[in-house]
Amino acid sequence: MLRWLKQNLLGSWRDVVLTLLGIYIVVNIVVPVVRWVLTEANWAVVTTNMRLLMVGQYPIEQVWRIWACVLLLALLIGLSWGLWISKSIGDTGGRSRLVGIILLLVPPLFALFPNGIESLPMLLSVSVLGLIGYLAATVLTTQQSLLKRLTTLGWIVYIPICYVLIRGLGDLLPVVSSNLWGGLLLTLLLTAVGIVLSFPLGVLLALGRRSQLPVIKWFCIAYIEVIRGVPLITVLFMAQLVLPLFLPQSIEIDRVVRAMAGITLFSAAYLAENVRGGLQNIPRGQYEAAEALGLNAVQKMTLIILPQALRIIVPILVGQFISLFKDTSLVTIVSLLDLLGIANTVLAQPNFIGTQREVYFFIGVIYWLISYTISALGKRLELRQQMSAI
Amino acid sequence: MHEINTNSTNTPPIISCRDVHKWYGEFHALRGVNLDVKKGEVVVIMGPSGSGKSTFIRTINRLEVHQRGDIVVDGIELTHDVRNIEKIRSEVGMVFQSFNLFPHLTVMENITLAPVWVRKWKKEKAEEVATELLQRVHIPEQAQKYPGQLSGGQQQRVAIARALAMQPKVMLFDEPTSALDPEMIKEVLEAMSDLAESGMTMICVTHEMGFARNVAHRVGFFDQGNIVEIGPPDQIFRNPEQARTKQFLAQILH
Repeated sequence: MLRWLKQNLLGSWRDVVLTLLGIYIVVNIVVPVVRWVLTEANWAVVTTNMRLLMVGQYPIEQVWRIWACVLLLALLIGLSWGLWISKSIGDTGGRSRLVGIILLLVPPLFALFPNGIESLPMLLSVSVLGLIGYLAATVLTTQQSLLKRLTTLGWIVYIPICYVLIRGLGDLLPVVSSNLWGGLLLTLLLTAVGIVLSFPLGVLLALGRRSQLPVIKWFCIAYIEVIRGVPLITVLFMAQLVLPLFLPQSIEIDRVVRAMAGITLFSAAYLAENVRGGLQNIPRGQYEAAEALGLNAVQKMTLIILPQALRIIVPILVGQFISLFKDTSLVTIVSLLDLLGIANTVLAQPNFIGTQREVYFFIGVIYWLISYTISALGKRLELRQQMSAI
Repeated sequence: MHEINTNSTNTPPIISCRDVHKWYGEFHALRGVNLDVKKGEVVVIMGPSGSGKSTFIRTINRLEVHQRGDIVVDGIELTHDVRNIEKIRSEVGMVFQSFNLFPHLTVMENITLAPVWVRKWKKEKAEEVATELLQRVHIPEQAQKYPGQLSGGQQQRVAIARALAMQPKVMLFDEPTSALDPEMIKEVLEAMSDLAESGMTMICVTHEMGFARNVAHRVGFFDQGNIVEIGPPDQIFRNPEQARTKQFLAQILH
């Protein structure tokens, strides 16, 4: 122990300086923050408004639909964890197990908040379903390929299913107007839809930019360069304010859909440039080999070139998706009540004047938790691919 | 060297190139190349670097576009018609200097990809054929590995198997051993010799003298964008007629 201390903290004069600096930071910053979180902060503002922060004004009697989405997500994550992540080659010891256990503990931890946010049984069943998925994936060793296919299918249909569940469907499920969506729910929806839609659009734009046909090529270049030259806020304003001018009065697109369109169109332009970077890294020989085998242009792209190009840019894509997630907070400006927007309305409540620290600290932690999860999953993906393509 | 069917003189050649020209901008890379290849024939093409020999065999499956002249492969003329090009490409296998295996796919997937997607075979059938081909190039145990895990010689043999999986009528080899360490050249040449023995029509750009002497029916000497001299290996190596051929052979034989 002492030797470890000496080697790692006091090895040279530089280490000594860094150690002292570290101690200074811990004493002066970390300690006060922890003390504030544990003793001084008035968390009642968060706990009383938990439902608002999570789902906005989504009607209480319909909240079970959101729970259904969360439970399905827990199951899918559990399955994927068991099928892929915990088995990936190069998993250093129990690291993925540790992260898994922490993830399992998060939902019950939420139940520790006093004065009744979500019910404990619901939160527990999130963990339980995640665990069931994981166990199913590890125990049913004979059905691995079937499970893998089902899980992949599950991920593909997950977001459409959630969208239908949350929005409602004709007579079966009463429609919940998107004006009532809010909080973390809205943030996640904007992010998920943004990622899922901008991905194919971005790939098409990247391919279009390399097209031999001048019209397509110049259209794609113009699109990409215009969007990249404009801040996201402008695009969001355009989507909210300018778009209705072009459409006939009878067509009313709701504001959330307009924001989703804005985010998607914006993200697609950046994605296209990243994909283009990946495409440029594929050697000519790969194109020639694919052509020499008689593959047609579409097969060449989808089977040979794109899979390699996308693999190369996984780290960049993960980064882009994280910033997309955080950038959704800009929809506050066009008065949608996402996590940040709803936090601002909570702060306007007369009972909770002066609780900015608590509220912003809380939503900061949520943003961090989700960003970190995306980034950790991305690391796994990178590792797996390095293994398969040494 | 096996005998090719000499009666075939009156049947049309499987590859026929007439007056093939290609320009890269100002540079006249191919200057009216003529070459007929009979079914089952093995033709080796040699020549100094930059002479256009690689460009020439790449025009045969349209990896390079020729601007003048006719190329007919197995009765199909190469034109700008995309369907013709894809048709010819599925009949002509190609092996590259730098292997060009698909690094994101296993050896088995590399070989079965084109049969499944282009020939529309069932996956089981394609895998059966692939296993057979891997045995033929002596690496059946590598089927589930990725190309990056194989040696250069093994990769090139996988590339040969990948091209053969399409059951092509003609095989083109573009300097298949130039990127290999000396100890791996032999295993690739053996695979090529076996293939020639089985009656495959082959055009090989290579400087492997031993291979040319023992396997080729004809050796062509390529210089400055054209075939300067072509004939049986004995004649080309012992009594070349052209001064340029003599000079080149003297250089590569030391």
